[in-house]
Amino acid sequence: MNQAIMSEPIIKFEKLNKWYGNTFHVLRDIDLEVAPGERIVVCGPSGSGKSTLIRCINRLEEHQQGRLFVDGVELTDDIKAIDDVRKKVGMVFQQFNLFPHLTVLENLTLSPMWVGKMPKKEAQEKAMQQLERVRIAEQANKYPLQLSGGQQQRVAIARALCLKPKIMLFDEPTSALDPEMIKEVLDVMVEMADQGITMICVTHEMGFAKAVADRVIFMDQGQIMEQNNPHDFFNNPQNERSRDFLSKILRH
Amino acid sequence: MTAQVFEPISPRPAPVRNEGLIGWFRVNLFSDWSTSLSTVVLLGLLLWMLPPLVNWALLSAYWLPDAEACRAEGVGACWGVVAEKYRLIIFGRYPFEQQWRPLIATLLIIGLLVASCMRFFWKPWLVVVWVAVWAAFFALMYGNVMGLEKVETDRWGGLPLTIMLASLSIVMAFPIALMVALGRRSNLPTIRAVCTIFVELVRGVPLITVLFMASFMFPLLMPPGFSIDVLIRVLAGITLFAAAYMAEVIRGGLQAIPKGQIEAAESLGLSYWQAQRKIVLPQALAMVVPGIMNNFISLFKDTSLVIIVSLYELTGALGLALNSDPDWRPFKIEGYLFIAAIYFAFCFAMSRYSLWVEKEVNKGKAR
Repeated sequence: MNQAIMSEPIIKFEKLNKWYGNTFHVLRDIDLEVAPGERIVVCGPSGSGKSTLIRCINRLEEHQQGRLFVDGVELTDDIKAIDDVRKKVGMVFQQFNLFPHLTVLENLTLSPMWVGKMPKKEAQEKAMQQLERVRIAEQANKYPLQLSGGQQQRVAIARALCLKPKIMLFDEPTSALDPEMIKEVLDVMVEMADQGITMICVTHEMGFAKAVADRVIFMDQGQIMEQNNPHDFFNNPQNERSRDFLSKILRH
Repeated sequence: MTAQVFEPISPRPAPVRNEGLIGWFRVNLFSDWSTSLSTVVLLGLLLWMLPPLVNWALLSAYWLPDAEACRAEGVGACWGVVAEKYRLIIFGRYPFEQQWRPLIATLLIIGLLVASCMRFFWKPWLVVVWVAVWAAFFALMYGNVMGLEKVETDRWGGLPLTIMLASLSIVMAFPIALMVALGRRSNLPTIRAVCTIFVELVRGVPLITVLFMASFMFPLLMPPGFSIDVLIRVLAGITLFAAAYMAEVIRGGLQAIPKGQIEAAESLGLSYWQAQRKIVLPQALAMVVPGIMNNFISLFKDTSLVIIVSLYELTGALGLALNSDPDWRPFKIEGYLFIAAIYFAFCFAMSRYSLWVEKEVNKGKAR
């Protein structure tokens, strides 16, 4: 928390509001500053707007009110600004969203070659480094559907890292995985967290939150209801709704 | 309850079923009374129909171009009609002594099309070859260059015309269809509306009407003195017609692409066109290969409708060849079987090629 106040924030939400259609007020008066290198876990019940919140950061969703700055660039309808931001922000999805018609290696080299204008050979070398980092280099020439869920998600993480992003967004990265595969993905994410990249992760993996998060944000009904360091958030939630939520997910 | 513990079982090969020919017959033709009955009925039909057919087409057929002999009692098919009229059927009204030109032109185009289907030739220079070969085609057909006699387009006909209309309209309709399909899913309301109106308008009228308008209405709407060759107008008509249908097939494929694919592409910084080209279209088109090939094949055969505007492609040329000659007019069936074989050869080749393409584009799905 202290760090966040001292340095210039890399992400800044100012009174941001978003609606789906005319009636569904999905994000309400979001004010949030994220410091460079900070690791944030966002949790909350389903439909609380957590995914929408992080999807605003790379403009997969647009907001109607308020302002949002990412690494000094304000996100508006300006396509150049959006492209600029997307080059700095990597994203990992719940359903992996790998490109099934491309090999693992081609999944990774696509963006560096077409967006980054990197020569093919160099892109492939960098991609292999990333695959080694997520311990899956031997699968480079397979197609995504030939891999297990955990392997696919690790490929997806490697793909996002190929852009050398300053910020990584994770949208429930382990929710679609079998229990025995969750750990292999979380291990990779923990390693990443040690390397100083800014991370925002929507997840219900409380073990992960306790291990790596600098800050936990609890959302409900489109609002940030509570934020705190993980130790205090889990042991001593202040908000009635966070208490209720935690009692439900920690009961087992 | 006491714990039950089980030993792991190592995998065994599946049992082999090999009952020989009689076993195969029993399983596939006589498995129960209803299959047995239909087997017997179909066999009976075959025995009843096949002998007379073989007799007509082969045994008592007359093979020489002699109309008199064909009329004799007891003579079956008169294949001599093909020998007598094949040049008129295949080249239509093209000047007789110049028919080596459409022959070479057609062989060039067929060679080009076959080569374009092979992975080995999928290189950037193929585009240059395409332009060159088509230039050669038109130079040969139209003449008026290099000492070749000029042959007006209304005298072009037969197979060269069929192949030219079909392949050019396929090649031009495909990119138009792509754009229209993408346009119908655009975020921009104007583009969406234009594309929707185009598809609905074109699909709402028969091809014959489109050809009629291209041929007769279009010149009326143009300022006097301004004219475009009827062949080009007809080609444009067929192209737009085919594009509307193909666009809808492609749109079906686009709709099957999960939103997550586009979001992943966007999050990686790909622009709209990059995402479409690299992610969406390869997957969407792979899914609709059978539908698109359907369009191609029906387009190939639809070219026979240009007879309505007095262009004598393969089917039209057959009518031309036989109707004007009372000696040979009775042997239309043989003539039609001949061109049916030509149509079939092309369509069958296309459908086999489509199977190969399907296999190629679905490699990522193989486990």
